[in-house]
Amino acid sequence: MRIALFATCIVDALYPRVALATVRILERLGHEVVFPSGQGCCSQMHVNSGYLDDALPVVRNHVRAFTAADYDVAVAPSGSCVASLGHQQPMVARAGGDEDLARMAESVAGNTYELSQLLVDVLGVTDAAGQLGSWFPHTVTYHPSCHGMRLLRLDDRQKDLVRSVGGLDYVELPDADECCGFGGTFSFKNSDVSAAMAEEKIENIVSTGAELCTGGDASCLLHLGGAMSRRGTEAATVHFAEILASTQQNPLEISGPVELSIPSPSSRRPCPPARPSTPSTPAPTTAPTADRGVL
Amino acid sequence: MSRTALGMPTIRPVHGHGNLHADVDFPTAAKEEMANIQMRANIRHATHTIRGKRARVVEELPDWQELRTAGSALKEQVMANLPELLEQFEKNFTARGGTVHWARDAAEANRIITELIEATGTTDVIKVKSMATAEIDLERHLAEHGITATETDLAELIVQLGHDRSSHILVPAIHKNRHEIRDIFLSEMPETDDSLTSEPRDLAEAARAHLREKFLSTSVAVSGANFGVTETGTLTVVESEGNGRMCLTLPDTLITVMGIEKLVPTFQDLEVYLQLLPRSSTGERMNPYTSMWTGVTPGDGPQDVHVVLLDNGRSAVLADPAGRSALHCIRCSACLNVCPVYEQAGGHAYGSTYPGPIGAILSPQMTGITAAENSSLPYASSLCGACYDVCPVKINIPEILVHLRDEDVRTRHGERPPTEQRPTEEASPGLAGRLFRRLPRVPSEMDVMMKGASTVMSSGRRMALAEKALPLGRALAGRDRAISWLPGMAGGWTDERDIPAPPRESFRNWWADHAAETEDRVRQDGGSRHVPAPDRADHTDEEDSP
Ligand code: SF4
Repeated sequence: MRIALFATCIVDALYPRVALATVRILERLGHEVVFPSGQGCCSQMHVNSGYLDDALPVVRNHVRAFTAADYDVAVAPSGSCVASLGHQQPMVARAGGDEDLARMAESVAGNTYELSQLLVDVLGVTDAAGQLGSWFPHTVTYHPSCHGMRLLRLDDRQKDLVRSVGGLDYVELPDADECCGFGGTFSFKNSDVSAAMAEEKIENIVSTGAELCTGGDASCLLHLGGAMSRRGTEAATVHFAEILASTQQNPLEISGPVELSIPSPSSRRPCPPARPSTPSTPAPTTAPTADRGVL
Repeated sequence: MSRTALGMPTIRPVHGHGNLHADVDFPTAAKEEMANIQMRANIRHATHTIRGKRARVVEELPDWQELRTAGSALKEQVMANLPELLEQFEKNFTARGGTVHWARDAAEANRIITELIEATGTTDVIKVKSMATAEIDLERHLAEHGITATETDLAELIVQLGHDRSSHILVPAIHKNRHEIRDIFLSEMPETDDSLTSEPRDLAEAARAHLREKFLSTSVAVSGANFGVTETGTLTVVESEGNGRMCLTLPDTLITVMGIEKLVPTFQDLEVYLQLLPRSSTGERMNPYTSMWTGVTPGDGPQDVHVVLLDNGRSAVLADPAGRSALHCIRCSACLNVCPVYEQAGGHAYGSTYPGPIGAILSPQMTGITAAENSSLPYASSLCGACYDVCPVKINIPEILVHLRDEDVRTRHGERPPTEQRPTEEASPGLAGRLFRRLPRVPSEMDVMMKGASTVMSSGRRMALAEKALPLGRALAGRDRAISWLPGMAGGWTDERDIPAPPRESFRNWWADHAAETEDRVRQDGGSRHVPAPDRADHTDEEDSP
């Protein structure tokens, strides 16, 4: 199948490794992945902040990019952005008086899947270890982000895929269905409440004893991971695509300094060179450390 | 929207007054409230308990979703025919010996009620728990006229004795625990002494003794109503304690304040709501007391029966097709109990009588988004959608929040009238109209950011260029590495969170050089896998409401 990747703005710019992980999973299954180069953002930030007029060109651009490209289905590693395509784009187009655009947006949305939807519903993947060779020997818990859960009704698709990864020890998150407090501009317009919500989520994560909390929305993971790092929490966050992409031959590294860049070929295992994540964090001078792909 | 004229002397939709305003913007008020650790612990405990009870009793009903759909459809029908239904209700209520009064706003309602009480010659009334009377600030108005109103609902009594404000629709004293309640009773009820324990049973008994005398000696009661049945003129109050029943049956005079949206067309429609309401609010299959009265029954119960039909901003909500369904609310408070923002900030932070998710949409709609600090309320949500999932009448609260944010942006946070009130070319062709339409608009920081982000994000080419700057972010030492055009990353973001060094290259720019390396990637990961694809399943349903 020819699959168009909608990377989403935040993954494209901040988490290229998550987009690459999505590509690796799909290529491993024998599919061709294309990246419609005109793509930008789903418009969710503008819509959720009340800027419907400014959202219109963003919607128009997305619809143009994914109507022009040639593919069988489109996929995005984000429940929230996929939900936005179906729930918000047609509304924005209609608010702007463009019924044609609204219909085209509906048709693009109808053929765009969140990653776990694509894997489970379309490609029939239910056993990540057996079907994808996924291997990740760590203790992991899972936070279901709100829009995947309540707008896309993903149910346990992401969680079940994660649980089926080889070597992975899964622990359940208490009060998992409570929002992490991200909410786009909510996180700085109401930063105190947002932080208190994150705090509660982090307490729950820590209570599980997991090394990592995974999920399907990079923005929530960025928010949670950033708050955990600020608090000095030992656990971290990682997108479930990276867990599914991890194999015994090419495992996802979780120790060492945070590194969001896609590793260059020379730095690939088995002997990755040390690299500081920022100038203020000098690399250890003794044993070489792998960059970790988690926040 | 053509049907905004209601069956009352209303020329155009009126905005509401009374206890509907946030005087302090939500973020500031929330910050203050959150410093009260005891309150947060109380609310957290209480909401989690009710949440669990609700989930269990809802789960056992196989037709819950159908009930929600029916509850929503019936209310839609009511809103579409409100003027006619109100007239019918008035006719039927009057035919059974009751008197109907119309109140455009809080001031009119308060004046009507005060005059009715004064006509009886008493200065003491008992009250049934009611949101409408809290909304119009009746108690204070009566006090100014020398009339004492005693709350008879246990939680309302606690709030009243504690000189406090309600923080929850159903459980006004949710922010107090039983030890704090004991302290209030000890200091405010002369008949209690140190032997009073903080056991719920003892506290209830103390309140009962305190109120009994009142029930027997007071001749006027004021209540709200959960439903008004149009075809019969019947009023309904749903409660748990039975104190409401005492107020509704013992006095000679009964004055009920009811919002105009509380009508249901037929008696049979109550079947739907009397299943939805108790399960959603207290997590009970059935509430202990459902009282219904239809006008006056000679020799039985109050002989002087009044209803005050209250607009106070409801016609303004009705006039907005995108926000109108907020009037469907049956005040169950399920949305408060699941709301993570309410859980942290508590009810007082919302300023208005109506807290939580429903308050965040209802208050600014009733008063107009430009009133006081109410424009901050639609932003008091992470849009997680938990409220919509539990709402028994399927009010799409997140969608209305977004609609109101858009309205706030359009009115530039209170400086311009909302869209529908802005003079159009036809309506005001003169110079004043033209000037008004062209008022210079000084964009806020947020406006500028959103405009910039819109430009970047509406072009793959411009995104690629913007992303070329990512390595610059890597060079920035310290914590403030926010990328301003990405969702959420601005302002206070770095107060609470670290941001990792951005990657050297965006995916888009990396892919431009590496797209063709499929074989290398697959080999590095340990080889390809082939899974036979099943028949393509249907796309998960995204269109329907939960
Ligand atoms: S909005 Fe819905 S859930 Fe909230 S109080 Fe009203 S009826 Fe209940």
